Amino acid sequence: MTDDVQISCRNVWKVFGPDPAGFMARHGGAPSAEAFQSEGCIGAVQDVSFDVHAGEILIIMGLSGSGKSTMIRCITRLNDPTTGTIMFEGSDLLAANDAEMIEIRRHKMGMVFQNFGLLPHRDVLSNVAFPLEVQGIDLATRIAKAQEMVDLVGLGGRENYFPRELSGGQQQRVGIARSLAVEPDVWFLDEPFSALDPLIRSEMQDEFIRLQRMLKKTIVFITHDFEEATKLADRIGIMKDGRMVQLSTPEEMVLHPADDYVAEFARNAPRDRIVSVGAVMEKPNGRSKATANAISTKSKIGEVAEQVLTSAKPVPVVGTDGKLAGQLSRERITKALFGNEEL
Amino acid sequence: MSALATDHAVTGLKDRLLDPQSTLLQALVVVAVGVVLALVFDWARVWPTEWVIPIKVWISDTFTYLDKQATLGLFTVKQATRTIAWFLKQPLLWSEYLLWKGARPHQLLPIFWMSAAAIAGIVAYQLRGPRIAAIVVMVTLGVVLVDSVPLIFASIAKALRVEPILAPEALIGISQWPADALKAMMSKSKVRYVPWVTIVLGFGILGHWVGGWRLALTSVLCMGYLAVTGLWRESMKTFSLVLVAVPFSALIGLWLGVWVTRSQRAARIITPIFDLMQATPHLAYLVPVVVMFGAGQVPALIATVIFAMPPMARCTILAIQTVPSDISEAGRMSGCTPRQLLWKVQLPASQRTLLLGLNQVIMQTLAMVVICSLVGAQGLGHKLLFSLQQLKLGFATMQGAAIVLMAIVLDRITQAYANRASDYSHLEPKTFVQRHAHVLLFTAMVAITILASFYFRDVSMLSKKHLLVNSKDALELDKVIKAYTFAMIDFIRPIRDFITIYMLIPLRDFYHLIPWTVTGGVLAVLSYRMGGWSLTALTSSLLVFVILTVGNWQFAITTFYFVSTALIICVVIGVPLGIWAARSDRVAKIVMSGCDILQTFPSFIYLLPAIMLFRVGELAIITAIVPYATVPAIRYTYLGLKRIPAVTLEAAIANGCTPWQKLWKVELPVAVPEIMLGVNQTIMMGLAMTAITALIGGQDLGQEIYRALPTSDAGRGVMAGLGIASLGIIFDRLIGAWADQRKKELGIE
Repeated sequence: MTDDVQISCRNVWKVFGPDPAGFMARHGGAPSAEAFQSEGCIGAVQDVSFDVHAGEILIIMGLSGSGKSTMIRCITRLNDPTTGTIMFEGSDLLAANDAEMIEIRRHKMGMVFQNFGLLPHRDVLSNVAFPLEVQGIDLATRIAKAQEMVDLVGLGGRENYFPRELSGGQQQRVGIARSLAVEPDVWFLDEPFSALDPLIRSEMQDEFIRLQRMLKKTIVFITHDFEEATKLADRIGIMKDGRMVQLSTPEEMVLHPADDYVAEFARNAPRDRIVSVGAVMEKPNGRSKATANAISTKSKIGEVAEQVLTSAKPVPVVGTDGKLAGQLSRERITKALFGNEEL
Repeated sequence: MSALATDHAVTGLKDRLLDPQSTLLQALVVVAVGVVLALVFDWARVWPTEWVIPIKVWISDTFTYLDKQATLGLFTVKQATRTIAWFLKQPLLWSEYLLWKGARPHQLLPIFWMSAAAIAGIVAYQLRGPRIAAIVVMVTLGVVLVDSVPLIFASIAKALRVEPILAPEALIGISQWPADALKAMMSKSKVRYVPWVTIVLGFGILGHWVGGWRLALTSVLCMGYLAVTGLWRESMKTFSLVLVAVPFSALIGLWLGVWVTRSQRAARIITPIFDLMQATPHLAYLVPVVVMFGAGQVPALIATVIFAMPPMARCTILAIQTVPSDISEAGRMSGCTPRQLLWKVQLPASQRTLLLGLNQVIMQTLAMVVICSLVGAQGLGHKLLFSLQQLKLGFATMQGAAIVLMAIVLDRITQAYANRASDYSHLEPKTFVQRHAHVLLFTAMVAITILASFYFRDVSMLSKKHLLVNSKDALELDKVIKAYTFAMIDFIRPIRDFITIYMLIPLRDFYHLIPWTVTGGVLAVLSYRMGGWSLTALTSSLLVFVILTVGNWQFAITTFYFVSTALIICVVIGVPLGIWAARSDRVAKIVMSGCDILQTFPSFIYLLPAIMLFRVGELAIITAIVPYATVPAIRYTYLGLKRIPAVTLEAAIANGCTPWQKLWKVELPVAVPEIMLGVNQTIMMGLAMTAITALIGGQDLGQEIYRALPTSDAGRGVMAGLGIASLGIIFDRLIGAWADQRKKELGIE
């Protein structure tokens, strides 16, 4: 797994206050909560380390003020972290000077913003072409590329509309098209759907999934909506008070929450769509066989619930190799679907 | 019950008197100490003149030294200022040629070459892009400039009254040939200025483009007035100054604003200077400029540019700071360099604020150009000043109306443009003619009117007999107004004298009686209560500055007396009007458009009705201040009430408030911080206007500036101006601190 690490954050701190660097130095690089209190500093991101692997969707989740937005701004260097290291594609991102940073943003990063961040004085096409324009790409090329992106997000025919003439969902499609115009390696999305109505949000999430199937980008996605996170994520990192509380797959998070805080989030999660059979099955008791009605370890429990619940006997479970891996009983799946205690 | 309440009030008072933290106790103590000091020591009552630090004299001496003797090595300071003046004079000359002077062919060369360079640049840009275009423009201008160097040297040398370094004979001559060709073609020796019909219709087309038919009609009627009343030439003299001053102010302001947002150090230095500049009255800018540059159009230009620049800088700072962070971040993530971020993202995204800044620059420029008539700037202001001094009120009314109408046109057009430019919407495909209708119409109109002007003299300038209103009519008007005021004065004089003798003068004498120790003490206590020690230090040091250096405490007190009296009237009129407007949308529409119009008027104009009603004297001064300074009181009251959340009002109604209770117990308390900011603005505008009222008397700081003008006594004028500014800043900080505190308590951001 180490060779496909695209971004690697180690012990990242971001402190706001009068003299952040001095403050960190005075407290030996790891100030306590009391230290923050007494010196009037705010630790927006505190000692966060994680890796982002190529091609995965990593979702950073937390309530407002948890530091998730600051964290993504550290990786994009919209805010410079106070201490720590961030490696981007094997090179030290924090060592990049302004000119190098501009180059990285021009070619390797794309970002979508919560309130869209569209330029009000430019129409759709011109907004999407903007990242290409600042690179100095000639008009014909950038318009062609922008048109391709506009079509990709389904806004063909609205090229000449200005942002304020579009609905929120359409505006965010423009934001998405713009962030993809430079074909970035890593795609950052900062609460992209939070400003949208629930129906539109769900539609945009499906749109996002559709795009990701085509593009297969490395994605860092910020949200405060646990359901959204479980729907889209390969892995979820939960932040609280600037710290990363738990970073794991949605399933792991639901089944083995690291603390009460995470458990609170996981309580209302749609377990049927998160938990897979393999995670809750029992050992085969010898009598079960890999019969035709066997279910796969990979299936989500919601998909097989009807079959298991209507079967009097435990249903056999087979692995990806087709061999018997275990069995799933009615009691077991009921617990997995509705129970809150760990399995 | 009532006995209990009284009891409670009494103990409350007693408690407050005995509590060392109480404002009342502290104030009583400082007043007592102040009075005792004043009774015992003479210096505590009136600060002795001998103890005043003679900064005034030092400043005057410095300016005299700079003007007469100082050298910068190779040349004297005077030569340097004359050279600067020469450069500033060039664009001014061009706009004068264009608008009212007409020009000889060679005087038109700079305009010719600049247009040529611009056209070449545009063509090159279309064909080969920006880089080639820049080269083409630079080469064109460069060749012409190098070719004209001997002429430029000769011209500067003439201004400096020295021998030129390069004789004009060294000319190569390429730059001169368009003029020679033109000369050969012409029958007369002068090219005529732009005809009035062209300008009036031009404003009409511009008005239609930015704001539709109504604005077009307004523009044509207002600008037409200037022509048909025979004030065209004077109007164009004023306008030519505006035309040159506005780009200078706007560009310098924009640049300073950008700089402040980029550099913390710049912000630390520039922001307080702007605060000071904003609080300094128009008149004070004139004195040092006159001393350095003499009287006339160029000093007027310099003073105007300096005066009108801060609003642009402020709007630029505001514009950049209020760009939503998402938009700026999106710009950065798109890979913008800082320059691209500024020019392609931040400035366009906040275009409206910038254009409103430009609107302010234009209005301030016009106001200042009018006032610059005091230092010999020509134009409408000059005529108006002359008429006022001669009490030719008919003429004054006509000229005043001309200034007002010009102001209205400039204001409406720039406002409409600001709204239009930020009103983005996509357009259905149109034909070339449809898209460029206004440009095509404008070009055709210019060609036709200029052609017509060759055959009909009246097209370029209405002859006297064709004027709708000529000087004879003005004389008639003069007589009518005179007769009217004579008839009125019998009624007005007793009222005026009564108010003046029994109300104003006793109040003034009372102010003068208060020893400065008491004033200072009370100010210190107030400052401490509202903003702690740092505010106390600031206001006290400003007061000490006034006492120690301006040297005329009595004048400062008189200024304070004018402003405070006007303030009371402004609040009594403005706050109820604001409340009334907030009650009814219909009233609001009328009142707010009234405010808009009043705000458009250049300050100088307000002298006119005051003089008509009360001639000169203290009541006239206060009458001039009130309409100018009431506007913010109305506006902020209205806004303050309108910004109260609907929930708060609904809660008040649900709790069973009568409309009066709702107003007194809910709306006003919540709106008071906002209203106080309006009062603050009223004070600042009152201070600025007080300085202008020096023209009609008053023994105050404004008078000091006014008197310093003809004698070119820089120190006297500057210090009086700084005195007024100090008073303004004291009020500003006190009220600002109070409003902040109150807003925080109320939880309003």
